[in-house]
Amino acid sequence: MSRLRLVIVSLAVLVVAAGAFMAWKMLQPPPADLDLARTKVTANGAFSVSVAPEAGEATQGPLHNWVVTVKTPQGAAVDGATIAIDGGMPQHGHGLPTSPQMTKALGDGRYLVEGVRFNMGGWWEFKLVIDAGGVRDAVTFNLVL
Amino acid sequence: MPSRLHGLFASVALLVALFGLSACQDDLTPEQIAVAKSLTIDALAPAPDDPSNAYDTNGEAAALGAALFADAGFSANGEVACATCHLADRQFQDDLPLGRGVGETDRRTMPLAGVAWSPFLFWDGRKDSLWSQALGPLESAVEHATTRTAFARRIASQHGEPYRAVFGPLPDLTGAPASAGPFGTPAEIAAWENLDAAARDAINRVFANGGKAIAAFERTLTPAQTRFDRYVRAVAEGQKPADADRFTPQETEGLKLFIGRGQCINCHNGPRLTDEHFHNTGVPAAAGRKPDPGRAAALAMLDGDEFNCLGPYSDAAPEQCAELRFMSRDEHAFEGAFKPPTLRGVAARPPYMHAGQIETLEAAIDHYSAAPAAPQGHSELQRLDLTANDKAALLAFLRTLTP
Repeated sequence: MSRLRLVIVSLAVLVVAAGAFMAWKMLQPPPADLDLARTKVTANGAFSVSVAPEAGEATQGPLHNWVVTVKTPQGAAVDGATIAIDGGMPQHGHGLPTSPQMTKALGDGRYLVEGVRFNMGGWWEFKLVIDAGGVRDAVTFNLVL
Repeated sequence: MPSRLHGLFASVALLVALFGLSACQDDLTPEQIAVAKSLTIDALAPAPDDPSNAYDTNGEAAALGAALFADAGFSANGEVACATCHLADRQFQDDLPLGRGVGETDRRTMPLAGVAWSPFLFWDGRKDSLWSQALGPLESAVEHATTRTAFARRIASQHGEPYRAVFGPLPDLTGAPASAGPFGTPAEIAAWENLDAAARDAINRVFANGGKAIAAFERTLTPAQTRFDRYVRAVAEGQKPADADRFTPQETEGLKLFIGRGQCINCHNGPRLTDEHFHNTGVPAAAGRKPDPGRAAALAMLDGDEFNCLGPYSDAAPEQCAELRFMSRDEHAFEGAFKPPTLRGVAARPPYMHAGQIETLEAAIDHYSAAPAAPQGHSELQRLDLTANDKAALLAFLRTLTP
């Protein structure tokens, strides 16, 4: 087999294997040990963050809002923060279907995030990057719908 | 093989076959029943209010809208009404690969039942309300090819009384050109630009109100109950389905595939069997045409549309325009992406896809199983390698979604 042919065949095998792996991944249930906590400390320990849908429980389909509460690890409310929102479905390799934004500070370290939608059932990541008092830290929440 | 051993094998095989058969009957798991229930018409919430249309639930507006929908006078050649392509006895679509008005469009005519639940309209979602959607084809050179002043003049001459009853007085149109608008012929565009801002605004308002009346009518077109809905309702309530509603083992198998290994439910979810989002599923370009950018080209149109939720002709406060404000504007992610149409009624509605590229439902299932590379952008599909039995089961299930 010529070298070129070997490269082409190897690439084709890789592509098929990658496709099969993605297909297999999409069919897997979320990991059994997935941390579904709605209150977490950010990656570098700067903030304690809680998330909750503004009303009821999050469901697949409708556009809805979340309330994010930011505190110091000692429990004091953090005001004046800005929050960037990202996320997606790790098992499907796509992001959030909308661009949610923090639109309002509600006081007592609470912030309104508008424009959240989960358009499929399954495991979603909801990633927040929080900037407050010159400190930036990030946290990822898991949701299973 | 000794005959005793042979017999033993045969008995075991029979037992396995019987067990297999019983496992394919109505025995959906509680989880599968819960998921199936989420797809039924019983799970359909009332149509959401459209805050950008103050008349969306107004009965008089709906009656006017029905008249406008049927009036071929709103077209350049006097022959094209909304109802020309949206045929009431054909799920409000036309069975053609590409819609035909004054000329031929680039896309398949979409069915209308349940359209009031859609946050974004058209295959690419380039409109953010039903009333704004209704205005697009009127000004399209290949659909109605009418203009805003021609529209306002016909409202005044043919629909004046019901219009005034809903929307109040019409502006004085005595000086308005017979046919002028921003998307017409060069002469029509020039005539439009010659009008002063106040005159254009007054005519735009009549045009927008016409759209709002049509939207009020279209809001009354709701999805009908199907055998699938009745079957799942009975199973979920622990009742025996009526004989006419009972699923065959093949249909049940198809339902399981639809919500399981087939992954159809990823995009075709909720009671209208669409997630209302935009997906690249690698559908080939229509014969002889360039690949269609789909949603990627719609984002700038939405933001630049004077008839969007945030525009001067919307009845919504800006904070009520959440769909538009928080829509993803990631053009790259939406390259070649289209909205999954509702699957209610799908079996009676060939051809399929945004330009009718796929002639039969069998071929559509083959497409999702094979998951070919996209003509542009990246297909979200993963190969399923469905067997002939799988495909037949999915087909049988999809047929239960037609009333």
